[in-house]
Amino acid sequence: MSKGNHGLKQMLRQPERLTPGHRMCAGCGATIAVRAVLRGLKQEDHAVIGNATGCLEVSSYMYPYTSWEDSYIHNAFENAGATLGGVETAYKVLKKKGKLGEEDTYKFITFGGDGGTYDIGLQSLSGAMERGHDMVYVCYDNGAYMNTGIQRSSATPMYADTTTTPVGVNSNGKIQYRKDLAAIIAEHYVPYVAQSTLTRDFTDLHRKSEKAIYTEGPAFLNLCTPCPRGWRYPMEDVMEICRLAVETCYWPLFEVDEGKWILNYSPKKKLPIEDFLRPQGRFAHLFKPENEHLIELFQQEVDKRWEDLLYRCNRE
Amino acid sequence: MSVTSIRERMSGNEAVAEAIRQVNPDVMPAFPITPSTEIPQMVSSFIAGGKIDTEFIPVESEHSAMSAAIGSEAAGARTMTATSSAGLALMWEELLLAASNRLPIVLTLVNRTLSGPININCDHSDGMGARDTGWIQIYAENNQEAYDNYIQAFPIAEDKRVHLPVMICQDGFITSHAVENILLLPDEQVKEFVGTYEPEEYLLQPGKPIAVGPYSISAYAMEAKKAQAVAMENAREVIKEVADRFAQMSGRQYGFFESYRLEDAEYVMLIMGSAAGTAKQAVDELRESGVKAGVLKLRVFRPFPEKEIAEALKNAKAVAIMDRVESYNGNCGPLGSEVTAGLFRNKVFIDTVCYTYGLAGRDFTTDNVKEIFGELQGLVCEGKQVPHNRYIGLRTREEQ
Repeated sequence: MSKGNHGLKQMLRQPERLTPGHRMCAGCGATIAVRAVLRGLKQEDHAVIGNATGCLEVSSYMYPYTSWEDSYIHNAFENAGATLGGVETAYKVLKKKGKLGEEDTYKFITFGGDGGTYDIGLQSLSGAMERGHDMVYVCYDNGAYMNTGIQRSSATPMYADTTTTPVGVNSNGKIQYRKDLAAIIAEHYVPYVAQSTLTRDFTDLHRKSEKAIYTEGPAFLNLCTPCPRGWRYPMEDVMEICRLAVETCYWPLFEVDEGKWILNYSPKKKLPIEDFLRPQGRFAHLFKPENEHLIELFQQEVDKRWEDLLYRCNRE
Repeated sequence: MSVTSIRERMSGNEAVAEAIRQVNPDVMPAFPITPSTEIPQMVSSFIAGGKIDTEFIPVESEHSAMSAAIGSEAAGARTMTATSSAGLALMWEELLLAASNRLPIVLTLVNRTLSGPININCDHSDGMGARDTGWIQIYAENNQEAYDNYIQAFPIAEDKRVHLPVMICQDGFITSHAVENILLLPDEQVKEFVGTYEPEEYLLQPGKPIAVGPYSISAYAMEAKKAQAVAMENAREVIKEVADRFAQMSGRQYGFFESYRLEDAEYVMLIMGSAAGTAKQAVDELRESGVKAGVLKLRVFRPFPEKEIAEALKNAKAVAIMDRVESYNGNCGPLGSEVTAGLFRNKVFIDTVCYTYGLAGRDFTTDNVKEIFGELQGLVCEGKQVPHNRYIGLRTREEQ
């Protein structure tokens, strides 16, 4: 894969737009992803950052301190799409009425967790995408309601042990498969949708962020951002967890550019899903001898979805 | 300023849409709901016809309407929306945020009952359900007042002493759809009166980024809430100033309430919205037969003009407090609670009876009004007991 202009050293020279001093947990995948997304902004461009209620919001703007270098708005949990749509519309009006200069370019990026995006905020997100606001919605998907203490969401993987799908004598964790939100938003036929995560050199995420931000019209990024607290792995292993998510095809890297599905990475040797599940405490129960068949079922689901994705990407 | 008015005939919805056309707000996110649907329809037509350059956001729900309004207003654009009933209920969470973020959004509420049972007609349960959300609430008796109140809303909301959202309320169908005579103001006068929106701080100021909507720990949050309460206090003065300025332009003077034959009234009906017209008609008839009856028509419900109401009622013998909403609290409606508390606190010890009327579009007639005044007289003159909270216009068992 070509690095283009997204070499890591070059990208890291940019000033941080989410500054240190916030209260996110050590090793939090979401924070790493947010910083990477913001590197997609040209330095000279302004931005308004939106944020659904969640870990990122309560930890980055606690009155009277903010970690955001750009203008920022948090409204509520379920309405980050509508709120930033309102901001973007105001921008159009202020431009039209000459209250903002020709040279004043603003970009609109909103962040929401999987709770605020897949679940309670899905309607607001869908509406904003359909209406065509020139904005990027970034979902930092850590696969549960982490801010309230690891409750299941529709992004939580099957069999995960969460506080509302606890493992017990009558339970092997979450029963359902996860929702494919990137596909749902792609079906809105918006100009750009991409799925990414924290990869070794960040090329994939940096490139997709810039593309999303500078694509005219609505764009959606779905980012796998592991949560060491909720997934129960050592916090220093975040990059390894992300690597395994990609190499097992649990979290494929793809984009949908003007309706065209493009697979960005195909593992030379697809790793078994156990490799992704084993390091995580939330799946520990799957490795009891009597639960082997559950890993088998998990593998089948991963395979099926991977095949679906290949079909979408290979069709003419 | 000389008063130039244009004679027209229109419904309450048309009157508000006309005011919106004249104000030409920057952004209007809205979602249709009966009986306010005509307002976003008419605004959309104005935009399509090139009459205004407002940006209309056809949101997918009322929750998103108020969410987008918050984003837009915080970004520095003059923003308004319209809704009714369940639409306002769905916005509820966001109403609180609009107020606490101190965003001078204007919402035109066409009052309709809340479900259930589902019903599209007028009562005040929607507005009253939002009475403690931090919005200024101004109620209209007719299309003229809906129009006049709407024009006054922006200067009140945007005043630096206030910075609060304003809800302009009119009764669903009774006012919103009934066509009546109206005096409109010339476009230029309205534009000059409302002025341009110049917020001090907003999201889209290059080089001056701001953050909106913080998490606030207990060490700070209480002061924020108090500051918001002070703004609501400040609104009293600003509402009066704006009303005076409006009177100079239009010749129509407004206050917190209208006193109708109240000067020497022994028996008073305190009422809000379109039913005040019915009450005034009945009072005229009662006066003919020698009953010293009067009406206090409340216009500004938030901030609540407790002292002024007490002062206006201090010489009365009894007052009927009329609520077009059921509060399900085993006591009485919001006006009943707040007016009686206000009278007590201001040491005005007169008889009060709280009435619930007109729910879900139930007719309210001059006969109802006369029956109520009769009860007040019976209470005062003959000591006839009346329950302190009672329904008027309810079907009897025989009528069921």
